[in-house]
Amino acid sequence: MSEAIQARQLSFAYPGLDGGVGQTVFSDLNLTVEEGSFVAVLGSNGCGKSTLAKHFNAILLPCGGSVSVWGMDTQQEDRLIPIRRTVGMVFQNPDNQIVANVVEEDVAFAPENLGVSSPEIRRRVDNALKQVGMYEYREHAPHLLSGGQKQRVAIAGVIAMEPRCIVLDEPTAMLDPKGRREVLDTVLRLNREKRITVVLITHHMDEAAKAQRVVVLHQGKIAADGPPKQVFSQVELLHSLGLAAPETVELCWRLNQQGFSLPLDCLGVEECAQALYQALS
Amino acid sequence: MLKDITLGQFFPGNSFVHRLDPRTKLVMVVAYIVALFMAGNWLSYLVAFGFLAYSIIISRIPLKAITRGLRPLMIIMIFTGVLNIFFTDGTHVIFSVFGLTVTLEGLERAFFMVTRIMMLVTATFLMTYTTSPIALTDGLEALLGPLKKLHMPVHELSMMMCIALRFIPTLIEETDKIISAQKARGADFETGNLMNRVKAMVPILVPLFISAFRRADELAVAMECRCYQGGEGRTKMKLLRYHRGDFLAFSAGALLIAAVAILRSFGL
Repeated sequence: MSEAIQARQLSFAYPGLDGGVGQTVFSDLNLTVEEGSFVAVLGSNGCGKSTLAKHFNAILLPCGGSVSVWGMDTQQEDRLIPIRRTVGMVFQNPDNQIVANVVEEDVAFAPENLGVSSPEIRRRVDNALKQVGMYEYREHAPHLLSGGQKQRVAIAGVIAMEPRCIVLDEPTAMLDPKGRREVLDTVLRLNREKRITVVLITHHMDEAAKAQRVVVLHQGKIAADGPPKQVFSQVELLHSLGLAAPETVELCWRLNQQGFSLPLDCLGVEECAQALYQALS
Repeated sequence: MLKDITLGQFFPGNSFVHRLDPRTKLVMVVAYIVALFMAGNWLSYLVAFGFLAYSIIISRIPLKAITRGLRPLMIIMIFTGVLNIFFTDGTHVIFSVFGLTVTLEGLERAFFMVTRIMMLVTATFLMTYTTSPIALTDGLEALLGPLKKLHMPVHELSMMMCIALRFIPTLIEETDKIISAQKARGADFETGNLMNRVKAMVPILVPLFISAFRRADELAVAMECRCYQGGEGRTKMKLLRYHRGDFLAFSAGALLIAAVAILRSFGL
């Protein structure tokens, strides 16, 4: 597998109010996202998750070090559009990223910007809407849809660019449990079936548990990196970073404090129940 | 309560008028207004009226919707009518009161002016009732396209209109929420004199504005992420195309103008 996104010695600080250097977010961050993978980025508020995401498609540019997307350096201004069509981005609030007042017109927005021909736009729009399961709603007004549906329309709007990677910045933070499931299932399917690289920024542990790899950020540094089972079994580390482990792991860990010796890598409810059953019998 | 506001007053439908290209309808409204201002006698008014009446019938727009639209203009129409009745010079005096004379010419002129306003407004209503706001925006952008060469920001204007239309329901919903939130904290919007009520609006407007600016900021980033770079090199999913009906409509419009012009030159 080749690397999709690579951050090398990335440092970044937001500009201060008086024109000077403001708060430093990263000082020396190295991270590589493999092509076709599903990476979850976790971290408590203000750890730099969203700032990192905005570096992946050149919305923010590094102050030092570099970010490259399929070999394209984000600092190269003439590569801006190729970079942005390669790495699509979905934000937290679905209301603030939908441009048009008809679903299909909104999904067509990105390919229209790219100057794609009309029949090709039609094909991409229909395709994207089918992939997120919103094809029947193509003529609806976005403000009449539910949160989960709106967020799926936003995802379709990004897929219509035919990107190789999608970065989702807390896409489920404003949704109810049903909407969260709809969005997460859509993202998982896109990753599995279309081999689209996914970077999911979240603070829901159960969402991160579905990824292939979990990266925990803390104060602009990578605090843990590895497969979900490995990262979430470090319960003390997660607690010291102000995070909680997934509920099942948390349960096993607490029982272990009381003298049990349960494995700390059961992420699913079934798996956890099985482990408890074995420990008791 | 705020949710009941209808926008653009679009009546979805599939009539001949609905299916016309938005550009055709825009041009037709302009042509109709030109014809109305050229018309100067009974016969030409009758032709213009017939044209409009026929358009309304084939559009299947309920007559009630049109009369409802005309109601707010009542004052202007009465004012125009009264002014014209009393201040038109004429020879056929009918009666005079308090030094004001009412002449036959005055009555005729007042009638023409009032029906002109009525027909003019009805024609524009017919357009907005049968065209979705987004189609209207597209049509305007296409028609004003040549002005781009004169560095007029045509695309930007239509983009702004489109986004404004998109965000009106969202902001209305937000206003409702803010009103509820302020009421829950004891704000009073219903009592007191005018001054107090205006002051009570401030705690609604301030959060609304802040949130609108935040939304605008996020929307701008989201648009950039989707490769928006202005109107240059942009394509459209739905191309506007003229069909047979549009040519029919254009011919009817040309005929109308010609008829009115001929009637005018004969002075009938």
